[in-house]
Amino acid sequence: MSKIEEGLRYAESHEWVKVEGDIAVIGISDYAQHALGNIVYVDLPEVGDEVEAGEDFGAVESVKAASDLISPVSGEVVEVNSELEDKPEAINENAFGCWIIKVKMSDPAEIDALLDAAAYAKLCEE
Amino acid sequence: MEETLQKTCLHDRHVALGALMSPFGGFDMPIQYAGITEEHNAVRGNVGVFDVSHMGEVRVKGPQACEFVNHIFTNDVTGAPDGQIFYGMMCHENGGVVDDLLVYKVNDEEYFLVINASNIAKDVAWIFKNAEGYDITVTDESPLYGEVAIQGPKAEETVEKVLGIPVEDIVFYTFRIFDLDGEKVIVSRTGYTGEDGFEIYGSHDFTRKVWDKLMEAGVQPCGLGCRDTLRFEVGLPLYGDELADDITPLEASLSIFVKLDKPEFIGKEALAAQKAEGVKRRIVGIELEGNAIPRHGYPVEVNGEKVGEITTGYRSISTGKSVAMAMIDKPYDKLGTEVEVRIRKKTFPAKVVKKRFYEKNYKK
Repeated sequence: MSKIEEGLRYAESHEWVKVEGDIAVIGISDYAQHALGNIVYVDLPEVGDEVEAGEDFGAVESVKAASDLISPVSGEVVEVNSELEDKPEAINENAFGCWIIKVKMSDPAEIDALLDAAAYAKLCEE
Repeated sequence: MEETLQKTCLHDRHVALGALMSPFGGFDMPIQYAGITEEHNAVRGNVGVFDVSHMGEVRVKGPQACEFVNHIFTNDVTGAPDGQIFYGMMCHENGGVVDDLLVYKVNDEEYFLVINASNIAKDVAWIFKNAEGYDITVTDESPLYGEVAIQGPKAEETVEKVLGIPVEDIVFYTFRIFDLDGEKVIVSRTGYTGEDGFEIYGSHDFTRKVWDKLMEAGVQPCGLGCRDTLRFEVGLPLYGDELADDITPLEASLSIFVKLDKPEFIGKEALAAQKAEGVKRRIVGIELEGNAIPRHGYPVEVNGEKVGEITTGYRSISTGKSVAMAMIDKPYDKLGTEVEVRIRKKTFPAKVVKKRFYEKNYKK
């Protein structure tokens, strides 16, 4: 039912990562936005914050509940998508076209531990 | 081992409609169908229907029924006309709330109690224990009844059209018993949304027929998700959030439903003493600056010291504001008090407001 985009890497906690050199562009998957329902708020970190793989860096909130955003990689936040402050529903409209943060990776090898599209598709089916 | 979830008589309907299902009060219940916002707006602006068959029903019958209900209930049912409904609480001796409930007066010797699904086992045991010595019979009729709540400004015309019965004359917080499909069906003008509406209690078969007719008529099915946002916006409490075994009705800011002038009821002494001393904490409204959303359990602080906790919080669908109900220590409960709500790693400025974020639209 939900879309999965080829060429991205995925965390089991449903974030996607697009690698651009040593920058990881991070968002949440279509499956995740669908499961959350109407997103009404995105709690973003600040530029310059350090994030760690497996640790939360913010949250997306639906009407009903808050859901932590887990960073798939470690590094420094170099950009946040501040448009989401006024338009969080953009994630519902196009989860893969809507990045949340960009991280300058301190250990690019962490990407290898993430799922590829086929493995993530299987996870979503379970 | 995982506890087996119960299913209401409409469970197969919810699954067929593609509802998002989740456990609530021991039942596998629909949280949403079309989406919480859409369902919420249907009830505020038009009409929606909820499956509330998970609610419990207990019948109290006998010569001492009135006396017994007054013994276990904080509100006063004395001298009420038949067909009247009361909201109130059952309390422990120490004033903590066993449950909040509706009491339907059938007649002087028969009352119908509607209790929360999550508390059925506890309530029934508690009612039986306290019934000793009274000339009454108490029956847990929860398994017999299905219940739907039809809520919204178009509830009246919807009920009249779909059930083919006149309900215009049923005033708020009263009920009537209709003979429909060869059974006695209870129709009350009550609800949990802040809108006009009706709650209909019948057999499982009857409830399924009513639900199917409502679906055919195009009425929006509504899940527990928007039931919570709707009740929250008009400041109605939910047991487990604003009420609990260790919270008294006075602390929950529900003293108008506690009749301390009654000769006696369980918990009266403790509540009278608490009233005389003054409560040390109470449920108030909180409005946040900005867009962050306060949720159940988040700390409320003043100068870095915890002074309370959020009990329910949302971005109000009807007003767009980030608001909450919270249990706050005195003296920080005063209207206009500036507080901070801790949300994850940050704190957000907020102030104490009235716990009504949207005006009720009851038809009296």
